[in-house]
Amino acid sequence: MTATATTPGSSRHGDEPLLSVRDLRVTFTRQGEDPFTAVDGVSFDVRPGQTVGLVGESGCGKSVTSLAIMGLLPARGNRVEGTATFEGTDLLTLAKDKMRDRRGRDIAMIFQDPLSSLNPVVPIGRQVTEVLERHKSMSRKAATPVARELLDRVGIPDPDRRLTDYPHQLSGGMRQRALIAMALACEPRLLIADEPTTALDVTIQAQILGLLKELVTESGTALVMITHDLGVVAGLCDEVNVLYGGRIVERGRRHELFASPRHPYTTGLLASIPRLDGARGAPLTPIPGSVADNLPWEHACAFAPRCSQPVDRCTEQSPELEHDDGGRALRCFNPVEATS
Amino acid sequence: MTPANPMTRRKDRIDDLAATAGSDRAAAVREAGSVDEKPGVSLIASAWQRLRRSPVFLIGAAITLVFVVLALVSPLIAPHDPAANLLLDQVRPQSNPIPGPQPGYPLGADDVGRDLLSRLLVGSQQTLIVGVFATIFGLTGGMTLGILAGAFGGWVDSLVMRIVDVLLSIPSLLLAFSIAALATRPSQLTVIIAVAAVQVPIFARLLRGSMLAQRHSDHVLAARALGVTERAVVFRHMLPNSLGPVIVQSTLVLAVSIIDAAALSFLGLGNPNDRQPEWGQMLGRAQPFIYDNPHLAVYPALCIIVVALGFTLMGESLREALDPKTRR
Repeated sequence: MTATATTPGSSRHGDEPLLSVRDLRVTFTRQGEDPFTAVDGVSFDVRPGQTVGLVGESGCGKSVTSLAIMGLLPARGNRVEGTATFEGTDLLTLAKDKMRDRRGRDIAMIFQDPLSSLNPVVPIGRQVTEVLERHKSMSRKAATPVARELLDRVGIPDPDRRLTDYPHQLSGGMRQRALIAMALACEPRLLIADEPTTALDVTIQAQILGLLKELVTESGTALVMITHDLGVVAGLCDEVNVLYGGRIVERGRRHELFASPRHPYTTGLLASIPRLDGARGAPLTPIPGSVADNLPWEHACAFAPRCSQPVDRCTEQSPELEHDDGGRALRCFNPVEATS
Repeated sequence: MTPANPMTRRKDRIDDLAATAGSDRAAAVREAGSVDEKPGVSLIASAWQRLRRSPVFLIGAAITLVFVVLALVSPLIAPHDPAANLLLDQVRPQSNPIPGPQPGYPLGADDVGRDLLSRLLVGSQQTLIVGVFATIFGLTGGMTLGILAGAFGGWVDSLVMRIVDVLLSIPSLLLAFSIAALATRPSQLTVIIAVAAVQVPIFARLLRGSMLAQRHSDHVLAARALGVTERAVVFRHMLPNSLGPVIVQSTLVLAVSIIDAAALSFLGLGNPNDRQPEWGQMLGRAQPFIYDNPHLAVYPALCIIVVALGFTLMGESLREALDPKTRR
């Protein structure tokens, strides 16, 4: 099970999951404060070559999920339970140095803010070669042409010159491209992108998403896309998981989910997007309230206070995630009627 | 500044706009993604470009340069041997203890007939040695402690920082005196160690603070996400980004060390061998003659002030140039 064992694309869309997350629970414990469960029993699978979306608003636990899988949560003040099996190995119980060997080689991650995610005092080229030196035991001299190739592949013009440039000399889109080059340097089999387009303007967003799509299709890398932007999901993801209050509330393949959302939260998210074909001047439909209104999941549905159609059961009992045969799952007592 | 004619002002504004528009067009011609025209301009390089235009920095740097050159060549250009009692026969302890200026001796001599100018010139050497070595020792000690605390965190951090807090709670000169007084045989080295010891906690705290800020920064998290080893994270990602304030502090510390060392010598805790002149020590020797021959004290004091000022000006403008908030 080494990085070189898999040829890109060979096992695309296989049935064995590449990453299998089961009952992931992350609890933050601070002295003198009640423990706070940020991620509460999240389970999902990622197959080779597949793109899986984790969608939800701020504070729903999507970033914590990704950091927990990567083993990047702070060493103290939290408790991680459950399993995240990557090719037969549980990443959550893996020794620190073993996990460090895997990060960047087997699993890589792209972050939200491309400027602050680059080391400001090291030229771009050296930041890319650093990954190659670390995981492929290349010398810097040998790694430089590879880094140049990578920068070229992610669409950075004049890569020879960019090798010696510092992050502040690049535009936002270029920086995110450089970060993608670093993440893909060792051809990881899984890429986790945590809101990769949030800090970019719309046209650059489209370019970066296009690039990601192209790269994962080309190399057969599986992609976990974390976002609050349903537009990103619609353009990229095969499967979508909607998170609320640290739990998955709805799951489905992209087309089905967008065509007939069943959970009131998903319909709310979709309804709050401005539409080009909507009436001019018509107000947007927000979801009332904020995440702060959440009920504890143990005794109720956390979304009940903001729900458009709550029933009595919602505040008395906690709904379970119910799977159907078609790969859809739903956590709701009173779902929206299926339209199709 | 008189208010300019509105028309001229307007014209200036238009010229400004034209200039900016021109450069915008130039920027647009270059390929997308380029923000700066010169390749490989690091933070240091852009700071240097700002420094070159700062008069404060230039004055400070000029003083420092003159001082360093003088210190290096002083044994060659000093008109006389600073240790030779050349004008001893002119010293009259009762009527005129200090031989005044005369041909060949522009500043006169001291109370044992040694040429004052030569002593001042050669004295710069000792001052430079003390300043530089005290700073280097202080920097080394402080950086070691700061890296330990900043890189490991946890109990190592607590332990190091409590020691630093204790050292910082003692007034710095008092601490230096206490350490210098511990030495059974005072020498230049004990002065250096005493002055350096005072700087260690300052450097340690400074570096630890900026390392801690780096520890939680996004690019350190991103480096960890790429599997970079902990050692590389500390030395390649955290440390280089934390050095700015430390570099600035060391130029300021040079000034402080020179003053502290002079104070130690003045009080007799420095090198007792007065065949090797040193400004603080000269100041101390001038004490009994301060009313009738104040120039004996004024010259070394002036030297100390000017050199310390030079380093301070340089450090302050360096700090300003490296601090993004004060960039213009």
